[in-house]
Amino acid sequence: MKNDQNEKYPIVEMIGITKQFPGVLANDTVDLELFSGEVLALLGENGAGKSTLMNILAGLYRADKGKILIKGEEAEINSPKDAMKYGIGMVHQNFKLVPTMSVAENVVLGLDSENFVLDLQKVSSRIKEISNHYNLKVDPGSIIWQMSVGEQQRVEILKLIYRGAEVLILDEPTAVLTPQESGELNRIVKQMTGEGKSAIFITHKMDEVMEFSDWVRVLQKGKLVSVVRTQDTSPKELSRMMVGRDVLFRVEKKKANPGEVVLELENVKAMNDKGLEALKGISFSLRRGEILGIAGVAGNGQRELTEVITGLHKVTEGRVIIGGKDMTNKSPLEVIKSGVSHIPSDRVAMGIVGDMSVANNLAMKEYRKAPLTQHGILNPGRILEMAKKMISSFMISTPAPYTSVKFLSGGNIQKTILAREIGACSTLLVAAYPARGLDVGATESVRKEMIAERDGGKGVLLVSEDLEELMSVSDRIAVMNEGRIMGIVDSAEADIESLGLMMAGVPMEKGK
Amino acid sequence: MRLVFEKRNSVSKKAIVLVPVVSFLVSLILTGILLIIFKTNPFITYSSMFVGAFGSWINFTETLVKAIPLMLTGIGVGLAFRLRFWNIGAEGQLVFGGVAATWVALFWSNFLPPFLVLPTAILMGIIAGALWAGIPAFLKVYLKVDETLVSLMLNYVAILTAQGLYYGAWIDPKGMGFPGTKLFPKSAWLPRFSGRAHVGLFIAILLGLVMWVVLNRTKWGFEVKMSGHNPRAARVMGVDIGKTIITAILVSGAFSGMAGAFEVTAISHRLQQGLAIGYGYTAIIVAWMAQLNPIASLFVAVLMAGLLVGGDQVQMMMGLPAAMGIVLQGMILFPMLAGSLFTDYRLKIITKSTKEEAA
Repeated sequence: MKNDQNEKYPIVEMIGITKQFPGVLANDTVDLELFSGEVLALLGENGAGKSTLMNILAGLYRADKGKILIKGEEAEINSPKDAMKYGIGMVHQNFKLVPTMSVAENVVLGLDSENFVLDLQKVSSRIKEISNHYNLKVDPGSIIWQMSVGEQQRVEILKLIYRGAEVLILDEPTAVLTPQESGELNRIVKQMTGEGKSAIFITHKMDEVMEFSDWVRVLQKGKLVSVVRTQDTSPKELSRMMVGRDVLFRVEKKKANPGEVVLELENVKAMNDKGLEALKGISFSLRRGEILGIAGVAGNGQRELTEVITGLHKVTEGRVIIGGKDMTNKSPLEVIKSGVSHIPSDRVAMGIVGDMSVANNLAMKEYRKAPLTQHGILNPGRILEMAKKMISSFMISTPAPYTSVKFLSGGNIQKTILAREIGACSTLLVAAYPARGLDVGATESVRKEMIAERDGGKGVLLVSEDLEELMSVSDRIAVMNEGRIMGIVDSAEADIESLGLMMAGVPMEKGK
Repeated sequence: MRLVFEKRNSVSKKAIVLVPVVSFLVSLILTGILLIIFKTNPFITYSSMFVGAFGSWINFTETLVKAIPLMLTGIGVGLAFRLRFWNIGAEGQLVFGGVAATWVALFWSNFLPPFLVLPTAILMGIIAGALWAGIPAFLKVYLKVDETLVSLMLNYVAILTAQGLYYGAWIDPKGMGFPGTKLFPKSAWLPRFSGRAHVGLFIAILLGLVMWVVLNRTKWGFEVKMSGHNPRAARVMGVDIGKTIITAILVSGAFSGMAGAFEVTAISHRLQQGLAIGYGYTAIIVAWMAQLNPIASLFVAVLMAGLLVGGDQVQMMMGLPAAMGIVLQGMILFPMLAGSLFTDYRLKIITKSTKEEAA
C-alpha cells in the first residue's frame, strides 16, 4: 500500500446525496470520497442505503438532491451508459449476462463503439489480452450458462474493464463464492488498484472489509455514520458502528439433546430443471432436537435437496423418510400435513403472495383447518385475530394487518414467513438461507428462532452459505458439492479451512 | 422539470374506483373526436344513445336483455383472469352452451317430463360450456399448451359447429331453407318478466353475489387468489395449482355456457344466426373494467349493454354505423389499461428547484 498522499486524488466525490423512496429516506445527505488506486468498503445493515447510493453512482437511480464530482468536475449521470462514460461500472448481485450467449457476445452487447457488422475475432483477442493480463482465466468463446458463478463474475468484471472502467462497484461480490474464489477475487482487485484503478464494494462481512479495503464508510439507516481507515479499526468496532451496539457473533445455545430420527434420506437422486443430475445419491439422517447445517456454494444441489424433502421436486431414485413414514415423491400438501415447514430460499418469489395482506399471508398454512375454516368457509375474524397475535409476538413491523405484504421490508417479510412456518411446524423445519440479506438485528432473531425450534424438539435443516452462521447455529454441518455430500462434521470441531476445501469438492478424508 | 412514476406505499383504494370512471370519460372524449370527424355532434349522439338505452322502460328492458349474457360471461372471464388464465374463449363456450341446450330442447322434450326440460337444457348448456373451457385448461395444465390461442381457436370451432347444425342436420324442415332449427316446445322456454327481459337476470345477479362470497370467504377462493397472484408460492404452501386452474376454468366456462343456454331458451327459442354476436369478447372488457370483481361486473355489464343498444339506436336515428357503440367499448379499454398504472404508482413532479436546494 502506498502511503504517499500526494499521488492520490479523489476520483469520485459524492456530496450531500439524498434519495427518498415512498416511506423510506434511503440516503440522507451522504458524502463519499474514493481515491484512485484504493478500495473503499461500504458497510451497513440491510436497508442502510448502500445499494441505493451505488445505484445512484452507477446511473440506475437519480438522486433527489446532491451532486457527483468525477475527477473534480461535476457530472450528470442519468444512465449506466453515462456512468460508463465517466469510467464507472457496477457488478450487480444478480449478474446481467445473457446465459445463452458467449462471453465475447456478452461483452460487446449494448456497446455503441462496435461496428454494425461485428468483428468478434477482434473482440475475442482483446478479451484474451485482458484475461491474460489479470489472470482471469476467461475463454471468450465459452457460453455463459455453462460457466460457474465465480467465472460469470469474472466475465462481469472483464466486461467493465473492456469498456474502460476506472472505478469498479461490486455489490456483495463474495456472497456466491467459495472462500478460495473470494481469495482469487481479492487478488484481481488488488492488481487493478495497483494499476491506479479503484473499487467500491458493498458488504456486510467484516472479515472481507478487513482483508480487501483501504477505507471503510459505514452507513446506518441512510446516514453516513463513520469514515475510518481499515488499518485503524477492528471488526468489533465496525460492527458496533454498523448497528450502534455490540453484536453477539456466537449465538447462545444449550447443548443439543437429539431424540428420534425425524428425517432420513437414503441415496436420493434427482434431476435439476435442465435435466442434469443435481443430487447424486444423498444420504443422511436428522434427529429431533438437532440442527443439521448444509454448507456449500449456491447451486450445488441445495435447492433440489430442500425441494425433494418438501415435495416440490421429483426424486428419481432413493427414499425420503419423514417421521418414520415414506414420503418419497408425495405432494407438497401431504408433506405439509406431516408437520414439515419450509422457509424457501427465494422468500419473495416462493414464500409470500405479495399482493395479499399480511394477515392472509400469515394464514397461508393454517387456512385449511379449523378454526380458520369451517366447512370450506373462511372466518376472516379469526384470521385477523391470529395474525395480530403473530404480528406482536414476532414483532413484524407493518402499518396494519391488512397491508399488502409486498410493501414490507425484506426483514419483515422474512419475519412474516417465519411466524407462519414456525406456527405450523410440528416435526421438521427446512430453512433455506433464512438470514440471507437481513440486517444484524433480524439475523440474530432468525437464528434464535431456529434454536428455539430445536429446543422445542423439532428437527431443523438449515441451508446456508454463511459458514460463520452454520458453525454457530447448527450442531452438525454437511457440506455439499455438485450434488454430493463431501462430509458431515460436528460444528464444534469444524474449521473454515476444511469446510472451504470440502465446498471446493475435496472429500473429507483427503481434506483432513 | 421531470415527471417520474413513484411506487405507492399501498394500493390506492381511490384509484381502483376512479380509474374505470375516468377511463370511461376519456373514451367518451376520444370517441367524440371521432364523431366530429364524421361530422356529427357528439353531444347529440351521446344523448340519443343514452335515451336509446335507458330512456324508457321498454328501451331499458332491451339493455337488460343484452346485459344478462354480459354479466354471466363477464363473471366467468373475470374468474379465469384472476388466475392469469387468459380465457378469451367465452364466445365459443357461450355458443357451445347454446348448442347443448338446443339439443335437449329439440330432442329430449319427448322423453322428459315437461317441468324438467328447461332445467335439463340449462344444465346441459352449463356442462357444455364448462367442458369447452376445460379443453384449454387441461392442455395448459398437463401439456403446458398456451391457453390464449387454444381458447381463441375453439371459438371458431364452436361457431362453425353451430352453423353446421342449423344449416344442416338440425335445420327446420318447414323453415323453407331458412337457416335455423325449429321453434323449441314451450316447456323449454325460459320465462320473461317484461318485454324480452327474462328471469336469467335474477339468476345472474344472484350468481354475481355468490361468486363474490366464494372468492372472498371460502378456502377455494383463497387458493384461487394465491395461485393467481403467485403460483410458485401457492405451490410451496401446498396448493395444487393444476387442480385449482382446472376447477376455476370449468366454472368460468360454465358461466358462459349458461349465458348461451339462456340466449336460446329465453330470446330466440331456437338455434339460429345471431347467437355469436361478440358477448364473449365484450366480456373481456366487462371483466377488466370491473377489476375482476363479480359484483362490479353486474353493473359494468349493464353499462356495456347500454352502449350496444344505444349504438343500434344512433344507427337508426342518426344514420351512423351501429359499430359506434362497439368503437366506444373498445375505446374504454385503452385508458383503462393505461390507467391501472395509477393503482400502484403515483406521478411525482421533480422541478429544477428541488434539485438546487441541495447544491
